[in-house]
Amino acid sequence: MTLELIGKILVLLGAIFCGLSAFGLIRLPDVYLRSHAATKSATFGVLCVLGGAFLYFLFADGTISIKLLLAILFVFITSPVAGHLNGRAAYRSGVPLWRGSVRDDMKSSIEKDQ
Amino acid sequence: MNQPILTAALVILGLALLACVFRLLAGPTRSDRVAALDTIGIDVLAMIAVICMLLDTQDFLEIILVIGILTFIGTTALARYIERGIVMEEEGGDRNDT
Repeated sequence: MTLELIGKILVLLGAIFCGLSAFGLIRLPDVYLRSHAATKSATFGVLCVLGGAFLYFLFADGTISIKLLLAILFVFITSPVAGHLNGRAAYRSGVPLWRGSVRDDMKSSIEKDQ
Repeated sequence: MNQPILTAALVILGLALLACVFRLLAGPTRSDRVAALDTIGIDVLAMIAVICMLLDTQDFLEIILVIGILTFIGTTALARYIERGIVMEEEGGDRNDT
């Protein structure tokens, strides 16, 4: 009973992180800042939710769910990659930075490339 | 529904989903919409895990894998389309691929 509670609390923590990342997706001023909020904390939140579900099924049913382990591994690998691809596509298609941004490392890197 | 912690988690995830839908509709650039779609996929994945725990079944766990794969492929294809205007190289096309 108490061991199941660990899984449930982990799920609640992950859900709160997903909510915070959605809040950042609404409030932040720029594609890059929004992508930062969405990718990073949504990955952590969903990892917490899936890990909590894994612990819940482990302690409630006594089964080790390989499907959940696979899903954790897959999300952990692919979600940052997707965020990186989206940010690079935004930069190279010419989306401007927010006026408060102070540093642009990719500009000099692209100029050096050409 | 006598599991208040899981129900609260489901409600918070639903609110996060609504926020992502707002960004999907209102985002000024296409990359905003792609980021919102990616986050929608991730949130739906988490909601299905919570629903599995609420219903106390393991039958829906395959859906998590499928939605994860589809979200990644969709985001990758849309990012390629935004960056170069094409999704796949044509046959025999030998451009410098990064």
